[in-house]
Amino acid sequence: MTDLTLRTGAPRLAVEHSAVEELRGPLLVLRGTTGVGWDEYAQIRGDGDGGAVRHGLVLEVDRDLAVVQVLEGTEGLTRGTTHARFSGTPLHVPVGTGWLGRVCNGRGEPVDGGPPVSGRHRAPVAGHPLNPVRREPPSQPVITGISAIDALTTLVRGQKLPIFSVAGLPHLELAAQVAAQATTGAEGFCVVFGAMGLSHADADAVRATLDDRLAAGELLLLVNTADDPVVERTLTPRIALTVAEHLAFECGRHVLVVLADMTSYAEALREVSTARGEMPGRRAYPGYLYSDLASLYERCGRIRGRDGSVTILPVVTMPAGDITHPVPDLTGYITEGQVVLSPEMHARGIYPPVDPLQSLSRLMRHGAGPGRTREDHLELAAQLLAALARARQARELAEIVGASALSGTDQYYLELATELERRLVDQHPGERRSLEDTLERCWQVAEILPRRELTMLSARVLAARDGG
Amino acid sequence: MGRELSVVDGGRAGPDGRSPAGSVLRVSGPLVEVGDLPDVAIAELVALGPNGLPGEVVAIRGATVSVQAYEYTGGLAVGSPVQALGRPLSARLGPDLLGGVFDGLLRPLATAGTWLGVTAGTGPGSGAGAGAKDRTWQWRPRVVPGQVVTAGTVLGTVPDVGAVEHRVLAPPGTGGEVSWVADAGRYTEAQPVVCVGRTSVRLTELWPVRRPRPVTARRLADQPLVTGQRVLDAVFPVALGTSVAVPGGFGTGKTMLLQQIAKWCSADVIVYVGCGERGNEMADVLDELAALADPRTGRRLSERIVVIANTSNMPMMAREASIYTGVTVAEFYRDMGHDAVLIADSTSRWAEALREFGSRSGAMPTEEGYPAALASALAAFYERAGRVQTLGGVDASVTIVGAVSPPGGDTTEPVTAHTQRSVRSLWNLDRALAYARHYPAVGWSGSFARDVDRLGAWYAAHGDPDWARRRARVAGLLAEADRLTDLAELVGAGSLPGHERVVLLAGRLLREGVLQQNALSANDAHCTAAKTAALVDAVLAAVDECDLLVEGDVTATEIEEVDFSPLLRAAQDTGPDDAAGVRERGTRMLAVLGGLR
Ligand SMILES: Nc1ncnc2c1ncn2[C@@H]1O[C@H](COP(=O)(O)OP(=O)(O)OP(=O)(O)O)[C@@H](O)[C@H]1O
Ligand SMILES: [Mg+2]
Repeated sequence: MTDLTLRTGAPRLAVEHSAVEELRGPLLVLRGTTGVGWDEYAQIRGDGDGGAVRHGLVLEVDRDLAVVQVLEGTEGLTRGTTHARFSGTPLHVPVGTGWLGRVCNGRGEPVDGGPPVSGRHRAPVAGHPLNPVRREPPSQPVITGISAIDALTTLVRGQKLPIFSVAGLPHLELAAQVAAQATTGAEGFCVVFGAMGLSHADADAVRATLDDRLAAGELLLLVNTADDPVVERTLTPRIALTVAEHLAFECGRHVLVVLADMTSYAEALREVSTARGEMPGRRAYPGYLYSDLASLYERCGRIRGRDGSVTILPVVTMPAGDITHPVPDLTGYITEGQVVLSPEMHARGIYPPVDPLQSLSRLMRHGAGPGRTREDHLELAAQLLAALARARQARELAEIVGASALSGTDQYYLELATELERRLVDQHPGERRSLEDTLERCWQVAEILPRRELTMLSARVLAARDGG
Repeated sequence: MGRELSVVDGGRAGPDGRSPAGSVLRVSGPLVEVGDLPDVAIAELVALGPNGLPGEVVAIRGATVSVQAYEYTGGLAVGSPVQALGRPLSARLGPDLLGGVFDGLLRPLATAGTWLGVTAGTGPGSGAGAGAKDRTWQWRPRVVPGQVVTAGTVLGTVPDVGAVEHRVLAPPGTGGEVSWVADAGRYTEAQPVVCVGRTSVRLTELWPVRRPRPVTARRLADQPLVTGQRVLDAVFPVALGTSVAVPGGFGTGKTMLLQQIAKWCSADVIVYVGCGERGNEMADVLDELAALADPRTGRRLSERIVVIANTSNMPMMAREASIYTGVTVAEFYRDMGHDAVLIADSTSRWAEALREFGSRSGAMPTEEGYPAALASALAAFYERAGRVQTLGGVDASVTIVGAVSPPGGDTTEPVTAHTQRSVRSLWNLDRALAYARHYPAVGWSGSFARDVDRLGAWYAAHGDPDWARRRARVAGLLAEADRLTDLAELVGAGSLPGHERVVLLAGRLLREGVLQQNALSANDAHCTAAKTAALVDAVLAAVDECDLLVEGDVTATEIEEVDFSPLLRAAQDTGPDDAAGVRERGTRMLAVLGGLR
């Protein structure tokens, strides 16, 4: 056991409690705990654990009872031989650049053979709400090197933009590729990757993709695998964000936090909620799922007068592809747009299978364009999306009346849709495209249309294209 | 306590232990159960634990008092002391509101720290910063000693705060002879400026947020709130002093629409409540408001707005309070004689806070876990809208605009369903329209406006006798075009008779040329009533001309091939109040169509 979480904020004389009232699923109920505060962190020792320590959080204090959620689960604990020591404060973790280059489990303990991560400062994993008047509106891009994202749904520093996907699609590959190659062009960009509920094969693949960046000391990887304790997953994104906030707002770094898969996180939350006998909401997810997810996603942003930023890219798999399922639905209500992966495009062999029409970066107009990416970017993106929408209509029409009955102009649009997938969206999983390359591809696709159809491009942008 | 709380100061006693004190029995997130507080009343404020976290009594069962806490309760332990403060959750209403940003309990955020809930590095504590206690305000009296006044009488004004006149009134419940008036000059909010009978009136007053402020009489709501959004002003209008709900799934444009209304609607004062929504959105809207000029006053738009920002990561129960705080502030300005609009984004997050608390306190749940009181709470909230005669005898209003975020876009869910029954207008945002980037995505089939007849009469009496006819035609054409579109999908548009194809064309011209409005375009972000009328008239005139043409020997296909872009681009190409420019483009369009004969 490392001392990672041993020392917490302002310690109080720790008292040992061992009057176990109940052990059930992830919950440990102790009696005689008067004085223990809500949301306190506890260390739990079971005689059978061979000295290993489990970690607990107080979910409720009621008269002389305390309900503790045990991150490792209660398996193997017995009534007579379990001891809990309460820390007097909420759970804190060390913060600082010491995390970069490390691989840890979902609780932040190293699994890379290195020493425990330490840091001069510690911060509570729950974080604090950022005063909205101190927020600086996001205004600069993160370049992911993925054309479909950079060109049409630009990721903006300080934004939260989820990838909505379906089981079987390459969302993990995409998330790992973004984590491996994203940049802001500035010094000190770094990535925190929180993986939850991944199979070992997936975890290995992610790790392989991220190896170079890890070696360069630009990345922290936290991995909770499918066979790790489920409840631990409720902690993983919080550690990731706590570390990221410090790197961003105290060290001035631009930090990208990738969280995959948030559906596994929500399932862990549901498990705790069900064990507590809480009132189930839609599909048995707890009624506070919105607020809980918001307490994570709202940790992105920028602060007035400070340099860094936290950008969050969560991956959400939609069970049965259902976008109205509570996890994607509530995510959509919190995040600032979405990148949607399409099973049809995947079937056509397009990687990444990003559907541009369903995808939207709500902050793109703030993070792209003159002074941010390039003068022509926003117009070009709007033109391509409008053309794609028209192509989709034309395709539907063609299904009724036959492609040959379409007007010549509509034929151009159909060609544009095909070429947009082939030349712009499709790229190699190891390929990092420069913004220039991406925008040049946009032009090539747009110019499939006759000039008169390019109504969303201003005269100035067109002239610049012709001149250059 | 390490902070200053407008909501807890001035109670029965400070947190020094001399007041009635109880102790914590149970803590489960925002729910705190307290024992040994015998005399406490429902809705009374309490200070919880050594840090004095604010909380409100919501239930009393035997010797156990249930409290909803307004701040993070981490560290609060069984046995922690609790003080009753002897008065209900109240908002401090004063001249610092306009242009300011506050949390759900109306504590100023500008003076709070970067991270909320941190006091000097020691865990939970302060939510928001102090009100500027020693700040002084300009005072200009309007009464003299000896004058007899009643509640609502204007006693004086505070010039130069915000874009509307700030009037200091004799508070509800006061009246009689003015015994003393402070000279014109600068005063702090705590200094008396007038004595009415034996009551000292200050520049700031406290009002319990859950209690509607009294009025003399309710008035018929018969004049429009002009929103500057064409689909609303022309098709689904809202009367000043009524209420409207805006349900829509994520990304359908609720926030954009509400922000547009905040910026451009015809009211005097806007109270914008960000209730459980995004921090970045609040930062963005604050920046925009500070940058934009109010077309009516020439001053910054932010000077007519009070922003209450209780984002989704801020304490959940303050979200519940923020709706009431907001409507209380709106009533405060109404009582001064202004037309105030309360905008709440999103009421669903408020309802969720109710549900969350209900489930923790073991309340018997009804539909989808919401407490049984949800329907009546919603109805009572929307009832605080109204056009009234104030205590001071003037006409003024509070209009409520509330966003609703139905889970999965399912409008049969309880919050949407109950809200629909409580409001006069409904702007239903349609996911299909939003997906097709038709903004604002107000669907014409699912929306309603129950005051259309009354508002038509108002327009007729105020220089626009055609408003009602115009609206009826637009609504009729849109519905008919939808019906024919369905039909055309089965049989092919080509097999429809000519005048039906003109209806399809009319639907398109109305949708693209009138209803769609780009919030990001300087010309089109808002639109005066005159320009809206001109646009609708131009489209209807073109449609009439097309009807005549197909009755003659021009084919529908020939008409469909006409380039309608002058009409479709008229909104974008002319300034926000350039009705003449629109009419000129309409005339040009008619000439082009006439050329087909
Ligand atoms: N009137 C408009 N003009 C231009 N774009 C719009 C308009 N309305 C909405 N949009 C687009 O739709 C996006 C989402 O709109 P908005 O944030 O208002 O949705 P919402 O309904 O509030 O979603 P949520 O429930 O997730 O908060 C905007 O970022 C913008 O890109
Ligand atoms: Mg919104």
